[in-house]
Amino acid sequence: MWVFLGSECMFFGSMIATFLLYRNEIADGPGADIFNIPFTSASSFVLLMSSLTMVLAHHAFGKGDARGTRIWLAATALLGITFLAGQIFEFTEFVHEGLTLSTSSFGSAFYMLTGFHGGHVALGVVMLLAMLFLSTEGRLRDDGGLNVELVGLYWHFVDIVWIVIFTVVYLLQI
Amino acid sequence: MVLDTGKDLVADTPKGIWSWVTTVDHKRIGLMYGTTALVAFFIAGLEALLIRLQLTNANGTILSADAYNQLFTMHGLTMLLVVVMPVGAAFMNYFIPLHIGARDVAFPRANAFSFWLFLFATVMLLSSFVLGGAPDGGWFGYAPLSTQLEEFVRMDFYSIGAQLLGVASIMASANFIATVFTMRAPGMTLMRIPVFTWMAVVVSFLLIFSLPIFGVGLFQMFFDRNFGANFFGGGGDPLLWQHLFWLFGHPEVYVLVLPAMGIVSEVFPVFSRKPLFGYPFVVFSGIAIGFMGFGVWAHHMYTAGLGPVAEAGFGIATMLIAVPTGVKIFNWIGTMWGGKIRFEVPMLFAIGFVSLFVIGGLSGVLHSVVPSDYQQHDSYFVVAHFHYVLFGGGVFGFVAGAYYWYPKWTGRMLDKRLGLWHFWLMIVGFNLTFAPMHILGLNGMARRTYRYPEGLGWEFWNQVATVGSFLIGISFVIFAWNLIKSRKHGRVAGDDPWDARTLEWSISSPPPVHNFDEIPVVAHVDDWWHRKYATNDDGRAVRMADVTGGSAGGTVTGGQDGGHVADIHMPSPSYYPIVAAFGIMTTGYGLVYLPGGWVAVGAGLLVALWGFFGWSLEPVTRDGDHD
Repeated sequence: MWVFLGSECMFFGSMIATFLLYRNEIADGPGADIFNIPFTSASSFVLLMSSLTMVLAHHAFGKGDARGTRIWLAATALLGITFLAGQIFEFTEFVHEGLTLSTSSFGSAFYMLTGFHGGHVALGVVMLLAMLFLSTEGRLRDDGGLNVELVGLYWHFVDIVWIVIFTVVYLLQI
Repeated sequence: MVLDTGKDLVADTPKGIWSWVTTVDHKRIGLMYGTTALVAFFIAGLEALLIRLQLTNANGTILSADAYNQLFTMHGLTMLLVVVMPVGAAFMNYFIPLHIGARDVAFPRANAFSFWLFLFATVMLLSSFVLGGAPDGGWFGYAPLSTQLEEFVRMDFYSIGAQLLGVASIMASANFIATVFTMRAPGMTLMRIPVFTWMAVVVSFLLIFSLPIFGVGLFQMFFDRNFGANFFGGGGDPLLWQHLFWLFGHPEVYVLVLPAMGIVSEVFPVFSRKPLFGYPFVVFSGIAIGFMGFGVWAHHMYTAGLGPVAEAGFGIATMLIAVPTGVKIFNWIGTMWGGKIRFEVPMLFAIGFVSLFVIGGLSGVLHSVVPSDYQQHDSYFVVAHFHYVLFGGGVFGFVAGAYYWYPKWTGRMLDKRLGLWHFWLMIVGFNLTFAPMHILGLNGMARRTYRYPEGLGWEFWNQVATVGSFLIGISFVIFAWNLIKSRKHGRVAGDDPWDARTLEWSISSPPPVHNFDEIPVVAHVDDWWHRKYATNDDGRAVRMADVTGGSAGGTVTGGQDGGHVADIHMPSPSYYPIVAAFGIMTTGYGLVYLPGGWVAVGAGLLVALWGFFGWSLEPVTRDGDHD
């Protein structure tokens, strides 16, 4: 799993590099000035809090506390869905303001980077919901396959990548 | 399963197609990788012969420009991604667990999934010939040629097919790394594992870190083609594709050749009856090649105008990477030096590997000199160079491995007489084909052009090259015949026909499903050799009487308490990996035929999801399968 995450680092690294290259290639469309920093900060906060709930879920699972595990898994998934909803809202806003995948290279790089991140969050939510479903049936295992620790690792990774993306894409507007 | 004796287990080996479809056994998966790659090798070889026929004479008329573009693109793509890489994966699958004393890889079902995804992606790429045209933008797929939309699907097959192959390779690599780092037998420290397995680890790391970069580039190409994004056109920069591609593409060349280096590092000691000269140097120079492989990509792009500082830097890095490669060559020569050499077929191919690889390496150093490369760029000199490295290096090494390990796979020897024919035809044909290309390139013949005018003095060497290429073709027909014939009629090999050094030879041929009756305890590099031979006072190897070769039942114990002969849990067969891979292939086809393909995308994702969930929820070992 750690090796896989190393691979993911290169994946996002390449997309971030592309974005940096095309940061100013806005053609006739809008550029970074359309970002709504307070809104995205709020949704970033939501995503970071979901890491906390993931830790709590893992902790509860380690103690054998099935009810706690379920509550915190559900909370994590809920926060993830909130973040995704925020992203969808944000994308719609941007499209209204005239930034689409094909407007400019800036648009292409922006949507690809944040879109693939959103895809990763969505996959994480699916895994969280699957675990939630399993734990209500009492079939959550701690050996191989889909388990709390692996999903937790993945979830934290997705969050950390978002910190980098948020900094590079939204905050770094020199 | 209850373990009585090894023999019973071999007899219990499940038979029939269904058992192969659902298998999670690393040995069977390895054999399936090898077979698929061999078939693809013949297809890509036929493509190459057509190319050679077209170029035999000036103004060739056999192929149209369009057909030629498809053929050379698919030749490159198939040979690199569907032949040489999977052959490496075949050897790794089969021998990593045997080399480190394990019963299987770390994630057997993920391993099966990697194979099926690879197979389906291969089918998808090859099917493009009849489904709207094969990719025709070169295996390197440079934008903006690759992003133009004149042909509807061709380069979409490229971007999706290569993407799926990449995903399969990433999963396989993660699997191999986890296997080597967590499943070694007691006493098998990292500096005792065989060199081949070390090289497999380096290759896996290279793939893990380089493929995602390629993946991003492929997605960007796909978005440009299908959703009107502007990564390489519009305000975008086509050079970005070249950077992303070669940042993957250069580590990729080492991915292709390092397994072959690992194989000859196994072959030389066995047939020289000497330990590998400077084992740590071979290992660490392999690791050094891995690291430096990420720092030389721009030497493919000198003519793109990167500026003198960047070109000088990459030039120096490229010269430096020749150093660890040279270290290995001296190690192999040092291994043979003073050894008691037996010129068996694998040894001949290994010697061929070293000789040809040195020639290819030297012309590679020529390319690292920037002004010299300006002259040679995109000429047949480059074609000659990389065929010497990848065919003379890679393929010779893999064929050496095939002759060396065939007895372990099947229990029978390959025919030596046919093997000699194969070797001599191949090495003569190889040099006839590719050595003249140096001259052609220096005389200005450009790559990827489908015909050339008369009066440039190129006909003679082109004719020589075509004759040579058909000799290579004949040699491989002999090889295929040898593989088929010896499967049933070859001489029975026994467990250790070469008097070899590493653990896979301590068990029966072919090995039982669970590999080792008892997990061996390892005390040396080349542990199996040290169980057979002691050193007398003169420093000569003396055979110990009490070891007769570990046939099934006669286990490798090494006199210490190895494992327990009881209740070996092997993972159960599973059909979920093939279901998941099939779903992903369906998705891939859907993406190629957008927008109508969205239906297939959705259906494929559902099937894949079913496969993955079934896989996650299924217990690794079902209750009925052991007791």
